Amino acid sequence: MTKRAILLLQDGSIYEGQSIGADIDACGEVVFNTSMIGYQELLTDPSYAGQIVIPTYPLIGNYGINEYDMDSGRIQAQGFAVRESCFKPSHYQSQKTLDSYLSEADIPGIAGLDTRSITRKLRNHGVMMGVLTSTRTPQEAAELLRSTPSYDTQDFVKKISAKESFFFRPEDGPRRRNIVIVDYGCKYSIMRIIHRLDCNVKVMPCTATAKEILGSNPDGILLSPGPGNPEVLDYAVYNIRGLIGYKPILGICLGGQLVARAFGGKTFKLKFGHRGGNHPVKELSTECVHISAQNHGYAVDPDSLNNGLNVSHISLNDNTVEGLLHKELPILTIQYHLETSLGPHDNLNIFDQFMQLVDSEKNNFHCDERAGEDKIDY
Amino acid sequence: MITKPKKVLIIGSGPIIIGQAAEFDYAGTQACKAMREEGVISVLVNSNPATIMTDEEIADIVYIEPLTVEMLTRIIERERPDGLLPTLGGQTGLNLAVALADAGVLEKYNVRPLGTSIDTIRTAEDRELFKKLLLKIGEPVPQSATVTSLEDARVIAGEIGLPVVIRPSFTMGGTGGGIAHTWDELDSIASGGLMASPTHQVLVERSVAGWKEIEYEVMRDAADTCITVCSMENFDPVGVHTGDSIVVAPVQTLTSREYQMLRSASSKIIRALKIEGGCNIQFALNPSSEEYVVIEVNPRVSRSSALASKATGYPIARVASKIAIGKRLDEIPNAVTGKTLASFEPAVDYIVVKIPRWPFDKFASGDRLLGTQMKATGEVMAIDRTFEAAFGKAIRSLEFGKKTLLWEDPRWKEGPFDYSEATDLRLWALMAALRRGITPDTIHSKTKIDLWFLNKMLNLVNMEKRLLSQTLDPELMLQAKRMGFSDVTIGTLSDKLPEQIRQMRHEWGICPVYKMVDTCAAEFDAATPYFYSTYELENEAIPAPVKKAIVIGSGPIRIAQGIEFDYCSVHSAWVLHKAGYQSIMVNSNPETVSTDFDTSDRLYFEALDTESLLDILENESSGEGCKEPLSIVQFGGQTAINLAEPLTCAGMPLIGSSSDTIDLAEDRGRFEAFLSELGIPQAPGSAVSNVEEALRVADLIGYPVVVRPSYVLGGRAMEIVHDASDLARYMKAASELDTGHRILIDKYLIGKECEIDAVADGETVFIPGVMEHIERTGVHSGDSMAVYPSQNLTDNEISTIVDYSVRMGLGLGVIGLMNVQFVVMHVNGESKVYVLELNPRASRTIPFISKVAGVPMIELATNVMLGRSLKEQGYSTGLHSARELIAIKAPVFSMSKLVGVDTYLGPEMKSTGEVMGIDHDFKAALGKTLLAAGLMLPQRGKLLMSIADRDKAEALPIIRRLHQSGYSFFATEGTAVMIEADSMPVNVITKKLSEGHPNVIDVIRDGTVDGVVNTMTGGRVPQRDGFEIRRAAAEKRIPCFTSLDTIAALSQVLDDGSHIYSVKPLPSYRNNK
Repeated sequence: MTKRAILLLQDGSIYEGQSIGADIDACGEVVFNTSMIGYQELLTDPSYAGQIVIPTYPLIGNYGINEYDMDSGRIQAQGFAVRESCFKPSHYQSQKTLDSYLSEADIPGIAGLDTRSITRKLRNHGVMMGVLTSTRTPQEAAELLRSTPSYDTQDFVKKISAKESFFFRPEDGPRRRNIVIVDYGCKYSIMRIIHRLDCNVKVMPCTATAKEILGSNPDGILLSPGPGNPEVLDYAVYNIRGLIGYKPILGICLGGQLVARAFGGKTFKLKFGHRGGNHPVKELSTECVHISAQNHGYAVDPDSLNNGLNVSHISLNDNTVEGLLHKELPILTIQYHLETSLGPHDNLNIFDQFMQLVDSEKNNFHCDERAGEDKIDY
Repeated sequence: MITKPKKVLIIGSGPIIIGQAAEFDYAGTQACKAMREEGVISVLVNSNPATIMTDEEIADIVYIEPLTVEMLTRIIERERPDGLLPTLGGQTGLNLAVALADAGVLEKYNVRPLGTSIDTIRTAEDRELFKKLLLKIGEPVPQSATVTSLEDARVIAGEIGLPVVIRPSFTMGGTGGGIAHTWDELDSIASGGLMASPTHQVLVERSVAGWKEIEYEVMRDAADTCITVCSMENFDPVGVHTGDSIVVAPVQTLTSREYQMLRSASSKIIRALKIEGGCNIQFALNPSSEEYVVIEVNPRVSRSSALASKATGYPIARVASKIAIGKRLDEIPNAVTGKTLASFEPAVDYIVVKIPRWPFDKFASGDRLLGTQMKATGEVMAIDRTFEAAFGKAIRSLEFGKKTLLWEDPRWKEGPFDYSEATDLRLWALMAALRRGITPDTIHSKTKIDLWFLNKMLNLVNMEKRLLSQTLDPELMLQAKRMGFSDVTIGTLSDKLPEQIRQMRHEWGICPVYKMVDTCAAEFDAATPYFYSTYELENEAIPAPVKKAIVIGSGPIRIAQGIEFDYCSVHSAWVLHKAGYQSIMVNSNPETVSTDFDTSDRLYFEALDTESLLDILENESSGEGCKEPLSIVQFGGQTAINLAEPLTCAGMPLIGSSSDTIDLAEDRGRFEAFLSELGIPQAPGSAVSNVEEALRVADLIGYPVVVRPSYVLGGRAMEIVHDASDLARYMKAASELDTGHRILIDKYLIGKECEIDAVADGETVFIPGVMEHIERTGVHSGDSMAVYPSQNLTDNEISTIVDYSVRMGLGLGVIGLMNVQFVVMHVNGESKVYVLELNPRASRTIPFISKVAGVPMIELATNVMLGRSLKEQGYSTGLHSARELIAIKAPVFSMSKLVGVDTYLGPEMKSTGEVMGIDHDFKAALGKTLLAAGLMLPQRGKLLMSIADRDKAEALPIIRRLHQSGYSFFATEGTAVMIEADSMPVNVITKKLSEGHPNVIDVIRDGTVDGVVNTMTGGRVPQRDGFEIRRAAAEKRIPCFTSLDTIAALSQVLDDGSHIYSVKPLPSYRNNK
């Protein structure tokens, strides 16, 4: 028979459902994601470290779990809370159910919730901490919640970043460009795309110093997305400052926020974040609107920007910063996800733009042939 | 940058036919509203009066004229629009736009096609051009070739290998297409398709039947921003027309990778076509690889876009119209949230299930097999948080009465049955198979229906078993309700009455909550008052402590309950709002204007049954300071009126005629007593419950008699019966229908039929006009042509009709609308008026009479119900003075799509839609009507005549007149003898299909004749040869007249030769300007 589980929120509200996944407790920031599809990519996205995720779409697990749609080596979310978990998935690639996937990964889940009412609460009151448990009483869960430090104060990046540098798919042979990805919680899909753009991809730990990064002589540096509050990552900001002016830099999501901080900018926490696959973003220079997948709880304060960093993209939902471009240096950032199969393929041209920056910087020194107009075929 | 046009022509889609239903009224209405918001003058042309778009408050200038190139050219000449919106009137509108361009009209008058260019339409519609474009941009299409002859079709099919799909060019709803598995099938489908295509082209294509069918609704603006509004997945795999498929939104069984792959393909296609507006793209996706092919693109709003709009809350037609006149997506606010912009993709947090509504409850003899040719007349949609629940609610919404989820065909109980055949009954057959232990895997291997759906259905079957075997406790009840089981079904399974189940639910606190459709999955605070029920925690439909009233809609479009009732519901909601009431709409039909979120102050998208209505009423009365809303049951056809009694029993306040008044009018015995008390004559007859009673009554009144069940609309199961054995057969069949109501038997009175609509308030009975039918009694009023004002009634007869109507309206205590049908008979040189029937509700003719008489009937009726007397509204008892115009309403049929259905006109309604012709003289109005209905014959054409003996005498003068107009005749043996005897030339042609060629069918199929006149020989047993003739005509799409009255009327118009019709906006006719 089904086992009960509860989701307790910081404001004291308790939601009862059936336990799915592992019989352990999760304590983290409770956030919602409005994508209607792509639960596997969502669970394995490192940016969800420290969070209990609620998909607003009610039917989760329909096409099961396969080996192709991982965005990292494991489930990164702390817990998963859904309206319905599908026990009989249907897809030719499916290897297991959502339930068994969570169990095997030691991640707890809960099903049968009125996820819409929780979403409305988070929207109105802002995201909050919560506990997901199938083993504790509500009182015990509340105690656990009290003893857990707030999401905003924790450094999740260090926990999940690569411990050592490594090359992504070196077995495929040398490529034309050298890109370093600084791993704050990088996803496979970014590595795959950069690699496919004729780049040797070297992934370095979040703690890699500027000297170490530049020492590997990259043609460009990609600062990856990652979880948590950019204001607690001073070491990363310090290292990025050491990179500015030397090499082209593309900062994505958290990586972009850290670039803003490196230029003296500030970030702030959004009430309930941007998480979903349908966010319209406007590119200010062209007035083009792109639909993007987003997953961020913090944003760059545009009024705090100076030193040549300008807003290049804004969200059409709330006008917050979605991209920055330096007026002289080859530095750009983007706040949303360019690459993932969780989101639309509308935005891959940013990578092309980055490659052009890389190539033109390179051409200042060598006379390589120009990059072929690589068409990304994701 | 596009310059904004000043005046835009919008072409409507004409009459409702299968494949082109109310969705285009919804689209056109949104377009007109969008034009008004943008300060652009809209000129609307449609031949269908039963539409909201042809209301003068919707479009700025309204023409109700036949949709032909000639008429449109004249309208363009007169109005000089600088823009044309070609993409809102369905395939009809699209084809007309192309035809206008081809005729050089657009160029001559400088009319710019907006949004989608004529070239784009051609590319998307011409299979070869389209294929070329797709191959150019690297999108896969199934191997295919377009051919213009049967021989070529065979060659291509040989190259591709069977099975192949045949798709005729430029037809809608897949008309004339099909999948050929054998060479014989190839021959018959390809030749039919070649005939169906106006360009005599068909595409022969590799069959991907069995693949997943996936649809995307995409939008693009001039700045090349491109968004996906909605994805949809068909429950029925490729092979069944999407209009005949059960469809869910969003897609359920695709991985994100697959979803994004098809989304990217959609964007690429809409960009390559350079569409500025909306576009529907259909894919076939291999269920075991990432291989896909593009199977269809509609560069216009469509049935699917209406569904997508209702499924997401994103108003596609409105946004597409604004894009067409130059707005960018990020300049258009999202009206639902009020905060975000139209340039975002809706996120939904529920699942939508659409189920088509097929007409086979009426057309039992029709071919129920579903394929590439659409057969459904309408559809229902249900929203919930799980598939099971949405599916269950959708089945309730179909309004099949006893055909709940549990229904099984009695034959299935006898042994193994075929559940895999795609028919209208398949979903019930699948349930039955699962109940018998056939596994989802087995079913999947036979049907290719995705296991995900089948496993969900198995969940339903398992719940049925639990309800059958376990004690009903709160836990089980809640689980069953969360899976969408109705109180009726739970009651059946647990051996209790629905009322008991409801009471148990109340005791256990198990009530639905209502959640909002907000386009954004609750991410933003939305202001839309658009709700669906579910069994969860939080209720978002917080009742407002204000005066409020519920308009009960009319559900899916079906024969006899069409768009007219949606028209009435919409108007009533508007009037309620104007009168200071919160208007609450309840309906289940995604095609309609009534389910547009801004039609009413609050919309509940729910099944129209007792349970839903009581739940909604209880929710609306649950808040502090909230009283029960007033319920209006008069405007939603028989669906709504049938709810009067249960709502009254539950103590809910109705406004308008009371449930007792309704019963008095609908109960044969009570109504008869009522009429004889008033001294108003009625056809003698009675209500009976069994064969013995029926035979006794019929003997007493004399044959022929008209028989029908009480409490049904559209003459369902209504017949004219000529003898006792026929009557016995009818009674046996009727008892199997098991409607729970008695059977009515009336003397069949042959005479002139006419009808009135009236509005009454208890003191005043106001009649806007008398409509006279062209066809005599015996043809259902919905299938008759009706003329306003009456042409052949004496003053005496009219005043009798008015007198009877007024006395009945007052005597019954009608509050609101009523419709009365009369027959005027001439007996011994004297005319006598009989009452045929009275319906205490809005009728099919309300939009027509409101428009032509210029009387806002729904406004008057709604205000009367709210307590404002007709006097206060400026109306008094009696007949409104007739306008100086003639308006004729004619039925339109969809018979070419319904193989196996006999097309003769009789007491059972068969038409799917209507058109109107209007002018200042009868002949012109009639000519326009026939033109709009597609019944006009070419000049000096050839007709096939096959007239029953009893009609011959009457037919002769008509044939003479046709002869004088230059028509020549082919006739069956007996008819030919008569024509020859009258010294007219005739070609005798055999009706014996086995006795050589050419026979009657040959001359129809090969295009020798332009029309058919065929009357029934009488008796019920259908004359096979007559049936074959009528079917051949339907399939050849040539007019077939089965009533002499229709052809007699037509023969009057033909005299005039090539008549030039006037074109004028509707009010100009009324005001005779």
